[in-house]
Amino acid sequence: MAKRQAIRWHIAVFLAPAVLVYTAVMIYPLFNTMRLALFAEIDHQRVYVGLRNFSTLFGQAVWSDAFWNALGNNFWFFLIHMLVQNPIGIALAAILSHKRLRFAAFYRSAIFIPAILSFVIVGFAWKLILSPIWGIAPSMLDAVGLKSLFAPWLGKEEYALTTLALISVWQFVGIPMMLIYAALLQIPEEVLEAGECDGITGMSAFWKIKLPLILPSIGIISVLTFVGNFNAFDLIYSAQGALAGPNFSTDILGTFMYRTFFGFQLQLGDPHMGSAIATAMFAIILIGVCIYLFGIQTRMRRYQF
Amino acid sequence: MKNSAFTATLLATTLLTGSAVMAADVTLTIESWRNDDLTLWQEKIIPAFEANNPGIKVVFAPSAPAEYNAVLNSKLDAGSAGDLITCRPFDASLGLYDDGKLANLADLDAMANFSDVAKSAWTTDDGSGNFCVPMASVIHGFIYNKDAFAELGIAVPETEAEFFAALETIKADGSYIPMSMGTNDQWEAATMGYNNIGPNYWKGEEGRLALIAGDQKLTDAAWVAPYEQLAKWGAYMGDGFEAQTYPDSQNLFTLGRAAIYPAGSWEISGFNGLVDFEMGAFNPPVQNSGDECYISDHTDIAIGMNAATEHAAEARVFLEWVGSEEFANIYANALPGFFSLSSFDVPMDDPLAQEFVSWRGKCSSTIRSTYQILSRGTPNLENDTWNASAQVIKGEETPAAAGERLQSGLASWYAPHQ
Repeated sequence: MAKRQAIRWHIAVFLAPAVLVYTAVMIYPLFNTMRLALFAEIDHQRVYVGLRNFSTLFGQAVWSDAFWNALGNNFWFFLIHMLVQNPIGIALAAILSHKRLRFAAFYRSAIFIPAILSFVIVGFAWKLILSPIWGIAPSMLDAVGLKSLFAPWLGKEEYALTTLALISVWQFVGIPMMLIYAALLQIPEEVLEAGECDGITGMSAFWKIKLPLILPSIGIISVLTFVGNFNAFDLIYSAQGALAGPNFSTDILGTFMYRTFFGFQLQLGDPHMGSAIATAMFAIILIGVCIYLFGIQTRMRRYQF
Repeated sequence: MKNSAFTATLLATTLLTGSAVMAADVTLTIESWRNDDLTLWQEKIIPAFEANNPGIKVVFAPSAPAEYNAVLNSKLDAGSAGDLITCRPFDASLGLYDDGKLANLADLDAMANFSDVAKSAWTTDDGSGNFCVPMASVIHGFIYNKDAFAELGIAVPETEAEFFAALETIKADGSYIPMSMGTNDQWEAATMGYNNIGPNYWKGEEGRLALIAGDQKLTDAAWVAPYEQLAKWGAYMGDGFEAQTYPDSQNLFTLGRAAIYPAGSWEISGFNGLVDFEMGAFNPPVQNSGDECYISDHTDIAIGMNAATEHAAEARVFLEWVGSEEFANIYANALPGFFSLSSFDVPMDDPLAQEFVSWRGKCSSTIRSTYQILSRGTPNLENDTWNASAQVIKGEETPAAAGERLQSGLASWYAPHQ
């Protein structure tokens, strides 16, 4: 009879550092934020109020209008990324993985560099580029005779959010490109050669062989984009400020939460309401990720080589 | 250069503290967000005080402006805050007083040197407590390019009609942008726009207090009229003003590309070093020639006493001195554009600052309409005013609709308006 297995302490010991750090900086703050959302400050005292902050957030027009506006903007922000950033990322990866492309490494680095820049630099640089006063965008358009197309995009309600979303696409297009590029390199030569024997070459090889094989990576990228976009804050804050102008047209959940939690100008911060918004953001992201995990990823076909 | 000056001041602080301890003098520490003013305090203000008050040493210990409120609150809670506290206007300081963190200074003799308006930002709602000695205010008006005005033969406008005629002349000539302001950052539209010209319409303090009391509404003609003026501004602002930021506006003006700059007096010291033309200033134009004029003379900075200080007697000596004529002279001249709030006649060297402060003689002073009491609730009236002013200038909201929206927002939480 086999000896009873000894308790494997080393597992706990090796896991401990990561678990402790992760608990201290992620799990504890997350649950504490949710707890904070159930309180309110009344006469300088912290009082338990149950779900009242949430009923205020969704029930009072002042709060709910701002919330739905921010959520709607967030969805638009996400949609632009899904429609522009990811297809371009995939296309760039497909081009880069082409064997006859020269200077591929140079292009790869050049396209990826913006992703490692700080949001503040990106926001400030683009604000200057697009500035109607000092920017190079008006003079460049002027040089090709299209000056009439120029508008102060960041200052117009109808364009500002789309402009910022495209700036963010410019910054992060390197990430889907890298992930897809790696996935494309994983596809074995034999599979492609077998396809060639059957007469599938060029574009149809991409659509019929490569694309189905990289679908799992595209799924992961979509989830990363979703989480990143719904947590976004920095670019809007650095380009438009905490009031997310013009007229809240660029207000997303992150800036709305920041304004509420920390206060702004004469508006004093309300950590409890801010936590309620943060909790709502967490719920939205959780639901989105669950839909992907259980609705899409489990049905996705995987191929083993 | 800047770095070495900073090191020197750090060293000086250490030396000051060191010697203070050795001599067993009382040392008072000042909490402040004005880290720009460190050298001014070290070299001018503190030596002037210490010369007449042996036995009291003062250390100026500022933190970064953006962090000040948070740092100060945690220091006060932990009991490690300095003896003297620089006060933000209105609710931030009032909150500290209500929590018992700031001492009541109503019985200070120096308080008699300040008018009620000057003290309003650091007074309880019922007027019973004064918790900070006012230090300085900033005045709103318009700074203009004197050379441009001379070139185009424009006289300084005194009435609304003259103001728009001047803008029209500058626009027709085309060599200058008539007015340098943008709506990207929003606050200029409210602060340098609405609250700059508004007091002439709501008659300064009279209208402001009536609004707080609930006797006037933001939909009244007096409160909508400034928006009607702002709605006409957009046509005279530069191309693409919708995306023009505050630094853009400052640069356009100091580079001589714009003729008029809706301003706050805090710009004076910054602009002085940048322009190569002569600057002038005029107060917000009145509706009809001969009307009484009003200016926004906004209470911005004051100093109070930590209620938990061990050196209350010495701190009060210092605060009495802050309320004196000597302090007013030193402060106003070292920082042109930050004007003493005291009733003393403070002579200033800077011509532009003199021009600004001269309006106090001919016009009545008031403060920004949204700052006292009215921005306590949700929606926040000040933030909404930023938004409304920018929207009106861009022509995306009518003045009447803006008034309507602000009034319904205010009435949703403020009892006197319900």
